[in-house]
Amino acid sequence: MSHISPVLWEFLVHWLKNFAIFPPEASTIAPYADALYFALVGMTVTGLILVMTMVLVFAIRYRQERHPEAVQIEGSTLLEATWTLIPLGIFLVFFVWGALLYFRVFNAPPNSMNVYVVGKQWMWKVEHQGGQHEINALHIPEGVPIQVTLISQDVFHSFSIPAFRVKREAIPGRYTTVYFQATTPGKYHLFCTQYCGTNHSGMIGWVYVMTPADYRAWAAENTSGASLAQNGERLFASMGCNACHSGNASARGPNLANVYNTRIRLTDGSTVVANEAYIRETILNPSTQVPAGYAPIMPTYQGQISEDGLIDLVEYIKTLDSNYRIQQTLNKSELSSAQASTVGVGKTPLPQGVAKP
Amino acid sequence: MSTIVSLPDQATAKLPAKSYLNQEYGLMSWLLTGDHKRIAILYMISISFFFVIGGVLAGLIRLELLTPPSDLMATDTYNKVFSMHGIIMVFLFLVPSVPATIGNFLIPLMVGARDLAFPKINLLSWYLYVGGGIFVLSAMVLGGVDTGWTFTTPLSTHYLNTHVVTAAMGIFLAGFSSIFTGLNFIVTVHRMRCPGMTWFRLPLFVWGHYATSIIMILGTPVLAITLVLVALERTMSIGVFDPTKGGDPLLFQHLFWFYSHPAVYIMILPGMAVISEVISTFSRKRVFGYTAVAFSSVAIAVFGFLVWEHHMFIMGVSQYSALVFSLMTMLVAVPSAIKIFNWSMTLYKGSITFETPMLYAFGFIGLFTIGGLTGIFLATLGMDIHLTETYFIVAHFHFVMVGGMLMAYLAGVHFWWPKMTGRMYPEAISKTAAVITFIGFIVTFFPQFLLGYLGMPRRYAAYPADFQVLNVFSTAGASILGIGYMLPMLYLPWSLIYGQIAGNNPWQATGLEWQIQSPPLTENFVEIPIMDHEAYDYEWLANKTQHEVQTVG
Repeated sequence: MSHISPVLWEFLVHWLKNFAIFPPEASTIAPYADALYFALVGMTVTGLILVMTMVLVFAIRYRQERHPEAVQIEGSTLLEATWTLIPLGIFLVFFVWGALLYFRVFNAPPNSMNVYVVGKQWMWKVEHQGGQHEINALHIPEGVPIQVTLISQDVFHSFSIPAFRVKREAIPGRYTTVYFQATTPGKYHLFCTQYCGTNHSGMIGWVYVMTPADYRAWAAENTSGASLAQNGERLFASMGCNACHSGNASARGPNLANVYNTRIRLTDGSTVVANEAYIRETILNPSTQVPAGYAPIMPTYQGQISEDGLIDLVEYIKTLDSNYRIQQTLNKSELSSAQASTVGVGKTPLPQGVAKP
Repeated sequence: MSTIVSLPDQATAKLPAKSYLNQEYGLMSWLLTGDHKRIAILYMISISFFFVIGGVLAGLIRLELLTPPSDLMATDTYNKVFSMHGIIMVFLFLVPSVPATIGNFLIPLMVGARDLAFPKINLLSWYLYVGGGIFVLSAMVLGGVDTGWTFTTPLSTHYLNTHVVTAAMGIFLAGFSSIFTGLNFIVTVHRMRCPGMTWFRLPLFVWGHYATSIIMILGTPVLAITLVLVALERTMSIGVFDPTKGGDPLLFQHLFWFYSHPAVYIMILPGMAVISEVISTFSRKRVFGYTAVAFSSVAIAVFGFLVWEHHMFIMGVSQYSALVFSLMTMLVAVPSAIKIFNWSMTLYKGSITFETPMLYAFGFIGLFTIGGLTGIFLATLGMDIHLTETYFIVAHFHFVMVGGMLMAYLAGVHFWWPKMTGRMYPEAISKTAAVITFIGFIVTFFPQFLLGYLGMPRRYAAYPADFQVLNVFSTAGASILGIGYMLPMLYLPWSLIYGQIAGNNPWQATGLEWQIQSPPLTENFVEIPIMDHEAYDYEWLANKTQHEVQTVG
């Protein structure tokens, strides 16, 4: 036995232990992605073998020693048509196949559990509905469709879970979503894949897929005590939003109860769906999309509320179905003016901008 | 010894008494020259200089990635190293590589003209290139820039403290250099073809460069504007891209890729142009399907402008627009497939020899086929989600850019080296270098496909230990590749003095450039030639050599 250097030995052992060609399949999407991948690999190998065979066979058969005089051939329309149409046909098959998968990953089923993830240099902040906050970790139950709503508070980041075969850019100032359903409990890599500055390679974490029972236990143990919507309610009151958005007919701002996902008419006559993006945008830049019937008097909150705070407010407004608690939080003077106007409710027409839910 | 020695032309060949190289002497005769051939040499020296710098940086990257933690350099340094590697290799090497050196040298020769249409603009474009290079180098020396070559906003405009504007200025200048080169080529091809040189008698090399020039002229200004906007937002806080100032963060991506995707065709089309010439010459056979190859270049240039959004499939663009761009990307892949098949069929019933340029051309066909077909993975919407921003992308574009373009560049340099210098490169060692390059390339970049599917993100200074094995392979391959690139840098300068004298047409090629002395006269042709045959007409060449009395300058 010759001597093997310990470094080399360790490396070999390490290799044998860690060598893998593809990552674990841990989501419902993963087998579909892998099937597509292997089909594409098959196409590549076939194409490569075809080209290499042509090149090698011709190079050997028609080398100068064997074939001293070249035969001049102009071309062949039939052959050109063949190798235009067949690759085109194959590529179109992959186009359709890939499009189907794409629409699956980026359109979550309506019953998905929503988790918010905020990217910042250089960490992932995860906000669960129930008030569990995590950094560089994401705990999720297996078998439950999950929609991650992403946003960045500084630069572009990208939220990647290779074991799930999903990835989505976290964009500053814009919500994006990605959907997956984990199938196998375990611990999987979470990466930031969009270069985001000095510590880009440190912006990694773990995804913990748990059985539903384990997840419930984890969620109960790790909650901060206040759900996102509850935090939002507190913020709503402390920022003074309730003064104008009191829900009264004469209030300066529109009624927000049940406004989520309704269609709103704007002062310029166009309509917009009051989704998360719209709610966030009207907090930051209220004058750009003012509902019909209201004056653009709301001040901007740009730079005053963090992305986490905005998520809380969005969640609050999404779940708001009555103005009862808002009115409870009004102070005395606001209350008296609110009551005074409530008396006249029959006389003032309903605000134009807000559609009936 | 090699086969070329026995060719009739070379046995008695002498260096011509007068050529563009000895027309004038002294540094100023080079720095103020209007001769496209001398400018090509100036370009060749300067891009080789930047290639060495970019290559050393690549070596540092691979060395750092040998081990999982960031132990050779700090993450910050690593970021600057890969940014500079990208900026130098893309803007200062790949974009000008074939067009500004080989193209500059050959386009007038191939169309039968005495020079490019605007010799002074041609010289200006070299000065702009050098100016751009100086800016980029000073950005590096002053402390570096860590934006990546893509200058992604708002990272580049608000979050970095490095020399972003300096580097952007460098790219801005180098961009104008390529606009001027493109302009010169287009005007030359339109206006200065010799009598009888119809469009369909042009060598495919010219068609490839014509298509490239269209992209240079239409695409590069968009890059220039984008970089100016980045500089304005960075220095004066004008809100173009920053959402907190009312800008649109995706706008930068659209503008940048509107140039930078067509730019990859700027980087590959001239390479394809070289391969058409090389394959034809060493098969002694006209290119199969001339019109198909010519129009596929133009098709790539046109469709290339309509695919940029495929860099943004996961960035929250409209899903229906993603469909359109995926489809367009599938379409742009077809002309490349057409070219590959036509080159392969050119070999059929040829009379093939295996000189160095041909070996590089074979390498090109194999590696470009892999590079091209892995592009289909990324054009496939659902697959792109998992693969984008990982090492799969890195492997894919290195297969196209290094396996494709760099192989083609080396093929071209070896192929036209006798024409440029009048002397042959040493055949045996250069064949060895070609084989080493091929092997080194595969070992370096093939493992990166696997790393990418495993999910290893690109631009990571440190990575989880699961990925180490494949990274060790890749680094080992890079050291082989390094040797492969070092060899030509040694034997090509050596051959300037010790190489065998080449003669006019050592390869027995049909192009106009091979019918004149090597190295050519400053005015290229004693008399403007009259083109009375098609490109790649080997029968015409056989007749000509039979009846011709050889005269040497």
